[in-house]
Amino acid sequence: MQWETVIGLEVHVQLATKSKIFSGASTAFGATANTQACAIDLALPGTLPVVNAEAIRMATSFGLAINAEIGKKSVFERKNYFYPDLPKGYQVTQLAEPIVGAGHIDIHLNGETKRLRIHHAHLEEDAGKSLHEDFHGMTGIDLNRAGTPLIEIVSEPDMRSAEEAVAYLKKIHSIITYLGISDGDMSQGSMRCDANVSVRPKGQAELGTRTELKNINSFRFVEKAIHTEVERQIDILEDGGKIVQETRLYDAEKNETRSMRSKEVANDYRYFPEPDLLPVILDEAFIDQVRKQLPELPEAKCQRFIEQYQLSDYDANILTANRALADYFENVSTHCKDAKLAANWVMGELSAALNKNDTAIEHSPVSDRQLGELILRIKDNTISGKIAKQVFDALWQGQGEVDQIIKEQGLEQVSDSGAIEAMVDKVIASNPQQVENYRNAPAEKRGKMLGFFVGQIMKISQGKANPQQVNELLLKKL
Amino acid sequence: MTISRHDVEQIAHLARLAINEETLNETTRSLGDVLNLVNQLQNADTDGVEPMAHPMDAVQRLREDVVTEHNQQEQLLKNAPLTEQGLFLVPRVVD
Repeated sequence: MQWETVIGLEVHVQLATKSKIFSGASTAFGATANTQACAIDLALPGTLPVVNAEAIRMATSFGLAINAEIGKKSVFERKNYFYPDLPKGYQVTQLAEPIVGAGHIDIHLNGETKRLRIHHAHLEEDAGKSLHEDFHGMTGIDLNRAGTPLIEIVSEPDMRSAEEAVAYLKKIHSIITYLGISDGDMSQGSMRCDANVSVRPKGQAELGTRTELKNINSFRFVEKAIHTEVERQIDILEDGGKIVQETRLYDAEKNETRSMRSKEVANDYRYFPEPDLLPVILDEAFIDQVRKQLPELPEAKCQRFIEQYQLSDYDANILTANRALADYFENVSTHCKDAKLAANWVMGELSAALNKNDTAIEHSPVSDRQLGELILRIKDNTISGKIAKQVFDALWQGQGEVDQIIKEQGLEQVSDSGAIEAMVDKVIASNPQQVENYRNAPAEKRGKMLGFFVGQIMKISQGKANPQQVNELLLKKL
Repeated sequence: MTISRHDVEQIAHLARLAINEETLNETTRSLGDVLNLVNQLQNADTDGVEPMAHPMDAVQRLREDVVTEHNQQEQLLKNAPLTEQGLFLVPRVVD
């Protein structure tokens, strides 16, 4: 049977505010345990939460970026459950009246554009952390994270493959980092993802029973976890079994999903409006002001790159997926005045080196200015494209500036026609057989055969001979 | 409207309240009474009435995003029966 996968994602994004959503405690990552919690975060008696204006602004900017209706009145509610890292016994969140209503984003996959709907996004507070290491069989609780502002972005079940889910997630990541409302670092938990996954026979309108996958903390794991879960569900259904609606945990080490201890009683969170907080009212002037401050977003930047730099859709998409990468490219391009070469180097040599060394573009040892200068040296024929890669490696290793490296390592292209002529003569003299073959060959085959001589000369010159001059001289002499 | 013993057991579990066999019947009866009392509200005509988020007719004030609370670890941990390495210790929980 042909099966169709249906996926909806719930993405939690930590907002990059300085202080917490309801208190003046710091949100900085990695501090000593319980040094960034205060009486409000712990819900000690007599405390009152006050909403952080910046969290409201950030959530609003996200809503505008996904073309959503902004909730002019949004209401906080209590979601009640007991867990030790939830000090209040409830999480303050939003339910019926969230700050961001229905919106959408577009993803580009295999040359096609698909619109994915977002049901809504709401503001809420994060919980603390439970540490299960050895504390004499007890659990340690760190409440530094308790009260950190989150937006939870809930998609419609519009995705039909793990690849689409990853593309959606990457788009969300790119929007939040463009907006500067989160660092989006999945490894530090700044962006977390739960996936609702089900399968159904192709053509069936009704949705299959879904499971919820938790604990997916990288783009790669999202794809793997969904693939694994889809296979599991299909196996069960094809064996005549039934899918149980449950929460499953993805285990990256074993690449499997497993049922979380199912609770005898379905969780009833007993939501009710948070009596300690009044409704948040946003007026048109505020929303307009946030709209005016929106930066250029990935879609718009991508279109501009295509028009302004004559890049292909594919190249423009890659270069604009990440704001820092897009800025880097634009700086290189401005410096060397050659967008095509700049794009090739940024997506080629630079991206390969960044990937290999697991380095973010922000920490690239080769600066945008240096890469721009390197390209200028290719364009003015100081070095060949091949030698440029050698200079790039030297830049990466911090061996100095472009011109200095070229000079110190003697990498200038040889354009002295006398010197090149001597090399050409030498190669012709020492390869009489190839010369004869070349001269006897029909014209259409000669082009390929010429490559042999060019290669020999490049070898002698250690790649420094000007290839254009080599070609011209060879053609003349052969 | 009444509430069953089973409902009460479930709610007690969610609220982490220990209600033993002896008091279960009495609790079920008295909770039922409360619900019956409140249930009279169901007779009120609420057509066209917007759900109220808060009894005060006021708007939430916002605060500026400034860190005002600094390290209070020592005071916070003072309230806890067990601590270690700056952490609160609780009975082991694994979900």
